[in-house]
Amino acid sequence: MVVQQISIFIENKEGRIKKAIDTLAKENINIRALSIADTTKYGILRLIVSDNEKAINALEKDGFVVKENDVIIVAVPDEPNGLNSTLAIFDEKGINLEYLYAFVSSKTDEAIVVMRLENMEKAIGVLEDSDANILNTDDIKEL
Amino acid sequence: MFWNEKAECMSKDEKEALQLERLQKTVKHAYENIEFYKKRFDEIGLKPEDIKTLKDIEKIPFTTKSDLREAYPLGLLAVPREEIVEVHASSGTTGKPTVTAYTQYDLDIWGECIARGLKMAGAEKEYIIQNAYGYGLFTGGFGIHHGGNKMGAITLPISAGNTKRQLDTMVDFQSDILTCTPSYAAYLGESREKAGIPLEDINLKAGIHGAEMWTSELRNRIETSLGIKAYNIYGLTEVMGPGVAQECGEQNGMHIQDDHFYPEIINSETGETLDYGEKGELVLTSLTKTGMPILRFRTKDLTSLIDEKCKCGRTTVRMTRITGRSDDMLKIKGVMVFPSQIEKALLKIKGISPNYMIHVTRPDILDEVEVKVEASKELFSDEMKEMEKVEKQIQASIRSETGLRVDVTLCEPESLPRSEGKAVRVIDERNFE
Repeated sequence: MVVQQISIFIENKEGRIKKAIDTLAKENINIRALSIADTTKYGILRLIVSDNEKAINALEKDGFVVKENDVIIVAVPDEPNGLNSTLAIFDEKGINLEYLYAFVSSKTDEAIVVMRLENMEKAIGVLEDSDANILNTDDIKEL
Repeated sequence: MFWNEKAECMSKDEKEALQLERLQKTVKHAYENIEFYKKRFDEIGLKPEDIKTLKDIEKIPFTTKSDLREAYPLGLLAVPREEIVEVHASSGTTGKPTVTAYTQYDLDIWGECIARGLKMAGAEKEYIIQNAYGYGLFTGGFGIHHGGNKMGAITLPISAGNTKRQLDTMVDFQSDILTCTPSYAAYLGESREKAGIPLEDINLKAGIHGAEMWTSELRNRIETSLGIKAYNIYGLTEVMGPGVAQECGEQNGMHIQDDHFYPEIINSETGETLDYGEKGELVLTSLTKTGMPILRFRTKDLTSLIDEKCKCGRTTVRMTRITGRSDDMLKIKGVMVFPSQIEKALLKIKGISPNYMIHVTRPDILDEVEVKVEASKELFSDEMKEMEKVEKQIQASIRSETGLRVDVTLCEPESLPRSEGKAVRVIDERNFE
């Protein structure tokens, strides 16, 4: 059960992130989660949004390079050790994490974690075996 | 399939006799009517009568761009001003513009040379030529225009720029031939893809591209993205403008219109004349120009000459693709690099747009090169390690082509300047003073 994330290439230039966010706002697209990975030259803006297709069209129209790809989203208990228990599962099975970002929702007591792993299929398998709370696209809309 | 079979397929003896006759006439004309040439000849005790064979051309001193600049704007006319009907000037990319002036006779010859090239690209009288070279002082627009008129084809003087209109025109008029700089052709191809116009909706068969250096990799891009065969054309303002030479369908060297221009290759350092096949600087002498004849002009363009009959049947001498200019060579960390090598390296990588910028600096004592490339969907990834891989791949490709380690920067699509005329690819900010 994977969710589609969109990522945007951001040149290290004044106002580029704002421009991307503006584009989404104008289309009335809601950003559920956001993270940015940056180097000195450019950044990768990763987003979970309410409508991928609409977002990609609008961003491409404004000249952005956009990609859509799979991520896994799980809800973990919002308490000490909450995230650790999930990471421990991957650690045990030797599945490498590419990146991760997290957010909390006002509508649940759990923390929401977005993850990209080296082997997505295997990662889903072990999460399911461990009864982790994997969220799907509809769950995300509820948050 | 020839515009002028007699001129283009002459035997060697016949050609050389014609060239000598015309050379002698041109030298006499220049000596008698242009102060500059008279002074140059007198300084070394050379008389027009001393030119008895073609080989004797080597006795004539070279003419350089700076000679032309000193005569700016109309100091080198060989005829009274009332005989001049048109004037063009170089873009001045490397300094003060150089000017050339034409009599009606010169314009006819110019049209003749271009018409030969249009025919090489398969043009017929009923063809529509979408002429997207800039109209103005630049020789590109008007040169093609005169050739189109000479041939009797339908010339559409759309000029450079306004990309949407260019694409609409291709579709609405079903243009047959596109003429523009190679960088603009690549941009038009890219824009066609982006606008989602299917290749079936346009009817282009050939493109004639020149006025700047380009690689065979860029040719492939243009040919695929516009569904055409792309022909390399050569010329320069100082000598006439485009049409001095052009490729035929064999795409194996550009046929020099050598009944009008006499080509030589020299060693650019020693000035010594080189043999066919040897690479060096192209030197051109006009054989028929009347308004502003030019003797042994140093073009700075690096190429070599092929003196074999072409498969197409033409016997005109061919010049190979220009690989650099003796003055646009960059010396970086002591290594000689031509921007064309970097272009070649970049276009080997899938997904790279043909727009790039080379930025050379010397922050301290060492040269640094940054190559800016536009990111595209193919190059972009949500994972940092993939992005680093792409940068390393580009670096490695440039390194194997030039031996240089450069810094690669990905930037946003369409953030690098597009050019409608000559593309500026290099910014050298080193201060050598």
